[in-house]
Amino acid sequence: MTDQAEGYTTADGRKIGGVVMEMKNITLRFGGVVAIHNISFDIREGEIRAIIGPNGAGKSSMLNVISGFYTPSEGEVWYKGAKRPPMKPYEVARQGVARTFQNIALFEGMSVLDNVMTGRLTHMKAGILPQMIWKGRAEAEETENRIIAERVIDFLEIQHIRKTPVARLPYGLKKRVELARALAAEPTILLLDEPMAGMNVEEKEDMCRFILDVNDEFGTTIALIEHDMGVVMDLSDRVVVMDYGKKIGDGSPDEVRNNQDVIDAYLGVQH
Amino acid sequence: MLYRTAGQYKTSYASDQAVFPVRQDAILLGIILLLAWVIFPLTASEFTFQTLLIPILIYSLAALGLNVLTGYAGQLSLGTAAFMGVGAYACYKMVTLMPWLNPLVAILLSGAFSAGIGVAFGIPSLRIKGFYLAIATLAAQFFLVWLFEKWGWLYNYNSSGAIQVPNLTMFGVYVAGPQASTIVQYYVVLVVVSLLTWVTINLTRGTLGRTWKATRDMDFAAELIGINLMRSKLTAFAISSYIVGVAGALFVFMWRGAAEPNLFDIPLSFRILFIAIIGGLGSIMGNYLGAILIVGLPVMLNTVPEALGIHIDSATVEHLNIMIVGSLIIFFLIIEPHGLARLWALIREKLVIWPFPH
Ligand SMILES: Nc1ncnc2c1ncn2[C@@H]1O[C@H](COP(=O)(O)OP(=O)(O)O)[C@@H](O)[C@H]1O
Ligand SMILES: [Mg+2]
Repeated sequence: MTDQAEGYTTADGRKIGGVVMEMKNITLRFGGVVAIHNISFDIREGEIRAIIGPNGAGKSSMLNVISGFYTPSEGEVWYKGAKRPPMKPYEVARQGVARTFQNIALFEGMSVLDNVMTGRLTHMKAGILPQMIWKGRAEAEETENRIIAERVIDFLEIQHIRKTPVARLPYGLKKRVELARALAAEPTILLLDEPMAGMNVEEKEDMCRFILDVNDEFGTTIALIEHDMGVVMDLSDRVVVMDYGKKIGDGSPDEVRNNQDVIDAYLGVQH
Repeated sequence: MLYRTAGQYKTSYASDQAVFPVRQDAILLGIILLLAWVIFPLTASEFTFQTLLIPILIYSLAALGLNVLTGYAGQLSLGTAAFMGVGAYACYKMVTLMPWLNPLVAILLSGAFSAGIGVAFGIPSLRIKGFYLAIATLAAQFFLVWLFEKWGWLYNYNSSGAIQVPNLTMFGVYVAGPQASTIVQYYVVLVVVSLLTWVTINLTRGTLGRTWKATRDMDFAAELIGINLMRSKLTAFAISSYIVGVAGALFVFMWRGAAEPNLFDIPLSFRILFIAIIGGLGSIMGNYLGAILIVGLPVMLNTVPEALGIHIDSATVEHLNIMIVGSLIIFFLIIEPHGLARLWALIREKLVIWPFPH
């Protein structure tokens, strides 16, 4: 694998493009706790980028920085070649960053379809007057976006539950609906926080397949956090390894696997 | 097989998005509209108009307004009555300052004032939630009622301190004031309530409705998928307060005929909240069911035992009413938080598959 400015080609022949997001010297402090300590890495267009590390390493905090939920104490976030000014999370989302959560954060009082439709909200622009009378742009938009939502629902094979309130769904399906909601936004970058946590083997395999298919068919750039080393090695093109808020490894799955610091962190060597 | 959905296939998303995807619901609505627009007006007595039909419609509208805010957007408010007051006083000022103004237009405009004040009092919701927000809306409640009392300009400095609805005409017909006939007032109320219900149905099933529900169900996730929480909450306050304000104007101009400041005090706020809870938070139809129950129950307790030859004195009726409403609130809060509307949905679900339960 050659890592040039213009990208690289993966072993299975996928073209990976230039850098779409870059974290530069990010530090994040909560009072005295340093959750992230001076970390830099980039995410390239079209790749599946994993962030791994033991519990409490600061992985979720890093995703929260990317999606604007946390403002880094130091450092810069670069997106599509420009430094990103401090932004509210909803503004980051509108720039094409969608995500799922470590602890499922679906809208429990709504149906699966409505949850997926909320993923389309950033694309819906009708004013309040057309919405009041359900005419013109409001009506047209509803149908256009419904078509896209239904395509995502078909893709993730959840047609049979589209009208079910999400509160009634089992855990594994909820995870899938959450992915559907994020995908419906047609994001530039998709952030997945432990998409396979708490799933059984079969559900994990399904989820792996969906992640690969999303990347393959829509060319979506994906950054994901995962615990299961095996899964990560199968899925990802490049891996960032974090431990105690520090970056201890960055590279292809093979490079990372043979990195002594990473082996120590995962075998629980005392620091 | 009252509710057969078999054979009703949807061939487009537009038809699936219709308000009544199932034909029987549309028929049911047709029957209700026929009753409200034709049968009741032809048959109802003055007593029925005054004690049931008109107040049920107005209370439903007020509960609908509260439901937008609390049921859909998840922002609890205890100040509904005060915002009804804003609508009523705004309407009073408009018709006395501009007697040429069409009364229907005045009623619809009065909501704009309560919407503005609603947004102002909604600003704390950007910082605080739940119980603390409820307390903040309670502050609005106290402050506004105090204002209705102290600010003489609002009631044109008359000695009683109350507002008295003047005679108002529209196209040569009296629609408000002592000269107005009940049936005309009923139709004015029905037009306004139907219009605002239709608008609210459209808003809640579309983009804005999903924005509100997302804010209600999980606010941080809503923000992370691209919802501007400030806009979401403030539009909910604006639309909700608009509807509540119009309900307040109707309350005084089409029903009570006069109002003192304390009419808009906390008991009325709680009454509306109870209607929304018993009817079902997050439902449109629930507001009507809740209002029918809350308005109808005391009337029924007064008339039914009498007709059966059982005499109950009015104090007992009052106590009975409070006890029944109180138990219903507890029942719905604990057992069925989605209220009567949810019970109806369950019955409907059973009817769809009846007579084969599997
Ligand atoms: N909002 C917060 N306030 C205080 N400390 C936090 C907050 N979020 C995360 N942390 C701390 O930051 C560290 C990293 O947490 P996290 O990013 O959730 O780790 P991971 O996702 O890798 O398990 C932990 O020590 C955690 O306690
Ligand atoms: Mg985490």
